[in-house]
Amino acid sequence: MNALLHCRVLTRRFGGVTALDGLDLSLPRGEILGLIGPNGSGKTTFFNVLTGIYAPSSGHIEFDGRDISACTPQQIYRAGIARTFQRSRLNLELSIFENLMIGNHKRLNSSLWFNLMQRGALAAEVGAAYTEARELMRTFDAPLADRLDEPMAGFTMIDRRRVEVCRALISRPKLLLLDEPSAGMTHEETRALMDDILQARERIADLTIIIVEHEMGVIERITDRCVVLNFGQKIAEGKYREVAQDAKVQEAYLGVESIHEG
Amino acid sequence: MTLLALAAAAIAAYAAVLLHAEDQRLIGALIVLGFGTAAAAAKFGLLSRLGQAGRAHPRLAPLLAVAALIALILVLREDHFALLMIGTTLLYCVACWGLNLQFGRAGVVNFAGAAFFGTGAYTTAVLAAHTALPHWLIVLLAGAVAALLGSLLILPILRTRGHYAALITIAFGILFKTFLEVNDALGGPQGLKLPGFTLFGWNLNDNITVGEQELSFYVAYIALALVLAIFAFLLVRRLEHSWIGLNFDAVRMDELAATTFGINVARWKITAFSIGNFLAGLAGSVQATMLGFIAPNNFTLSDSLIMISIILLGGLGSFWGVPLGAAIVLILPEKLQVIQEYRFLLFALLVVAVLLLRPQGLVPRAQRSFTDRIR
Repeated sequence: MNALLHCRVLTRRFGGVTALDGLDLSLPRGEILGLIGPNGSGKTTFFNVLTGIYAPSSGHIEFDGRDISACTPQQIYRAGIARTFQRSRLNLELSIFENLMIGNHKRLNSSLWFNLMQRGALAAEVGAAYTEARELMRTFDAPLADRLDEPMAGFTMIDRRRVEVCRALISRPKLLLLDEPSAGMTHEETRALMDDILQARERIADLTIIIVEHEMGVIERITDRCVVLNFGQKIAEGKYREVAQDAKVQEAYLGVESIHEG
Repeated sequence: MTLLALAAAAIAAYAAVLLHAEDQRLIGALIVLGFGTAAAAAKFGLLSRLGQAGRAHPRLAPLLAVAALIALILVLREDHFALLMIGTTLLYCVACWGLNLQFGRAGVVNFAGAAFFGTGAYTTAVLAAHTALPHWLIVLLAGAVAALLGSLLILPILRTRGHYAALITIAFGILFKTFLEVNDALGGPQGLKLPGFTLFGWNLNDNITVGEQELSFYVAYIALALVLAIFAFLLVRRLEHSWIGLNFDAVRMDELAATTFGINVARWKITAFSIGNFLAGLAGSVQATMLGFIAPNNFTLSDSLIMISIILLGGLGSFWGVPLGAAIVLILPEKLQVIQEYRFLLFALLVVAVLLLRPQGLVPRAQRSFTDRIR
């Protein structure tokens, strides 16, 4: 089967620290991959390298049949990778619609001439985008779909998370990166958000997801497969149940906790 | 609608009386009355109702402003000094709308506004003296040269962040004035004189006679400034209600998030910086022709700071804040001689007071309403 994402000996160093150490990873289309590991094990670094914010120190990333190792974040976003952030990076002064449109950048016409002089065509583009934004928002949370013009600052944590996921989804990416979507939310809220994400996924054919998460319930429930990182290296790979039984994983991750508890 | 029309009429009448008044005590009383009325209007919710009315009829407010301004000019038709002040205020509006695009929208601080204004002015003086180009073209070229100079300055700005970018523009502003002073071809510290301005065969320095009425020649320059102001207003307004305005916001608020979604931070900073400097250059060009004389002392760091004060007083990113800020900063000290000498102290205090009490400015920037403003 033709993989969507293929990373070969991907490495990223910061001075003397190797945050990502020779990672090999292959991701079939349509899979939901869980990326787990203790704090500082390289999960967010991996996202940052994947989205072009950090260039890899060595190794290759192939996405959708194309080498993107040396691409800028802009090119990578255009190629079809979108993400959410561990700590919300929405613009709170802007409305839901405006935040969504930032995520929709590649599908909007940003030329000066179009925006200044072709106001009729611009209005049509805005109208179409508005309808689309409302539809996407409705699959997440119906009441939110009617509040697209309100500033983000007036919304609760879970609503902000929903908007953030929608901002990543609206450009119809092939690969969605979720960086700790449950952070700062209750179990019920997390469950609701995951339901929303799974539901939205059914509407976007072949959407592939990598999710970084500390909430093991979430990982167990929604992932097809897990990769465990420790000190930037892959120490285990497989279904969550298998991985959770792995001795190395228990030592690196779960084991540390049980020692603390004991 | 009637509310907006009444407000426009009241402001025009107030401005006419204030600009015409000579007696210092009367002027003082008028200024107190003005601020008092504004404070009372704010307290009793009149200003927010005015704001709502403005948003409900987005096309009406600018039209009323233009009508009020034309009425004001006709009332003051023979008062050279008052007209010069109106013209200067209009041109500063143009420049400050430009600077606000940079600072308030795209987040590029520019402490060299007066240098770009001055670039426009000097380009006009040199081209008008040494070439036979039509004068309307010279005005456009003056804006273009300012934008071009800005595109050189943007290179070091893009490589730095925050305070350092601000320092680069400050250094540039100082450099600009020094360059003019030591450059004899540009008149050195004495400056340059400009020939009278001719637009499509009409000399703007001729007094205008309409029937038996004689109008000050400044009326012609103000008309030119007004055309420029309308152009700048439309440009800034259209940018705001477009994807480009949104890109500016994204770049200002969170560069990392913007980059992640494919927004090219450098491209939009350059766009905002160039358009802003273009407007400043246009305004400087018309200002130079209106005054007929320019010197390095007109384009100092203090003048740049005046522009920044106008923006901060009015509100970062705000449209209507700019004319209000410009009127306060430019007209008050000219009319009230007591504060003339202490004007910089006064501006500093005003800006500090506004930043403390009303950090979003006197007329805070309105929320963009994408869907019903475009067309």
